[in-house]
Amino acid sequence: MQQDFLINQLQEGNEKAFEKIYQLYSKSIFGVIFTILKDEELAEEVLQDVFLKVWEKAPTYEASKGRFFTWILNIARNASIDQLRSKTYKDRQKNVEDETFVDVIESPHQLTDSTEAIGLQKYIKLLEPLCRSIIDLLFFKGYTQQESAKVLEMPLGTLKTRNRMCIKKLRASIR
Amino acid sequence: MENIQEYLESGILELYVYGALPEAEREEVTRVLREYPELRQEVEQIEEALQELSGAAAPYDPQDVLISLKKKIRQRPERTPEFSKKKNISAILGWAASIILLIGLFMMYDANTELNERLTEMEQEQADLETQIVEAREDSEKTEQLLRALRSRNIEKIPLQGQDFAPEAYATAYWNKAQNITYIDAQDLPAPPPGMVYQVWSLKLDPLTPSSIGLLEDFEGNSKRIFIVDNSYDSEAFGITLEPAGGSETPTLEKLMVLGTVTIT
Repeated sequence: MQQDFLINQLQEGNEKAFEKIYQLYSKSIFGVIFTILKDEELAEEVLQDVFLKVWEKAPTYEASKGRFFTWILNIARNASIDQLRSKTYKDRQKNVEDETFVDVIESPHQLTDSTEAIGLQKYIKLLEPLCRSIIDLLFFKGYTQQESAKVLEMPLGTLKTRNRMCIKKLRASIR
Repeated sequence: MENIQEYLESGILELYVYGALPEAEREEVTRVLREYPELRQEVEQIEEALQELSGAAAPYDPQDVLISLKKKIRQRPERTPEFSKKKNISAILGWAASIILLIGLFMMYDANTELNERLTEMEQEQADLETQIVEAREDSEKTEQLLRALRSRNIEKIPLQGQDFAPEAYATAYWNKAQNITYIDAQDLPAPPPGMVYQVWSLKLDPLTPSSIGLLEDFEGNSKRIFIVDNSYDSEAFGITLEPAGGSETPTLEKLMVLGTVTIT
């Protein structure tokens, strides 16, 4: 649900509203950041930066341009990709750019100390490989529809309907 | 919307939540969503599912981060006033720029008006100069004609001496008998009083018979004071009298200015 009142209060600079927004979106945004960076410490730093930006830039959000979740999502993906290209990241990380969100649970390190990854495993098992690729590109990596269609070598229409089927499956499992 | 179901199944709403649509399409979806609550509900469910999925990808629930985040927010200068301050500065800058622009425009307008006035003045000056050139040209043509006439072999010069009425006066008649033209050089005649005009007479002496051969009209306007009169008479003398405007039938002898006799050859 889009909390119009909450967003409004956030835009006015209400700290309570910010707290509530954080509670609503931080975990999913953290998941997106972590999927891109695959580094807990860095992901947490970026998460902080992202929500500081949310606090500062909230007045610039316009409902006509899309969902508030999508707005934060864009900030998070951009900040993560910036981090990915930074020297700090390159110095401490192996090359992970080609991996998908599936790799989050496949990494042995993550499996041992992340109980949450079990939840993700549930969804991954549920989704066929093509769905994983589509969702990875469009949702986690923030590719545009054209870019994704090109990478996956399928017509735009097919991409859209296939993606819808994937999300439907996901929704069914959540219910 | 003709077919909501079709719109749903097209998969555009999922892409909308991803943020994967081009701007125009995104705005279109926003517009459609405002109209159809059932589509809005769908979008919320898609969003929920995606939040669930990415939330599952988070290594842990980062609620503790909020504490340090709130500290950072408080350390920062107040956001809202900062925003309005920025607005004020830009508004002031905007006003300042407008005023400067306005002043600039006025100055340019002023300068432009001045230039236009100068231009008009100069155009007037040029027109005046052109008139003067034309006049000078005409003048020089007239002078040349006159010079040619006076140099003519057939011309006879008759000095006209001042008489009792005006002893200081003097004039010359140049008579071209062949062309029946007489030129009167009236340089040393005073300007006639208002309402009066000089009249030129051809005279036969025995008996004294005066015949009017013309008026020196527009005496003041003729800067060279050279007048051309027709003279078909067999003149023996020339006289100039002062007469009421329009001239007289017979000369007023009391007002005889100058008189001269033709040399008998």
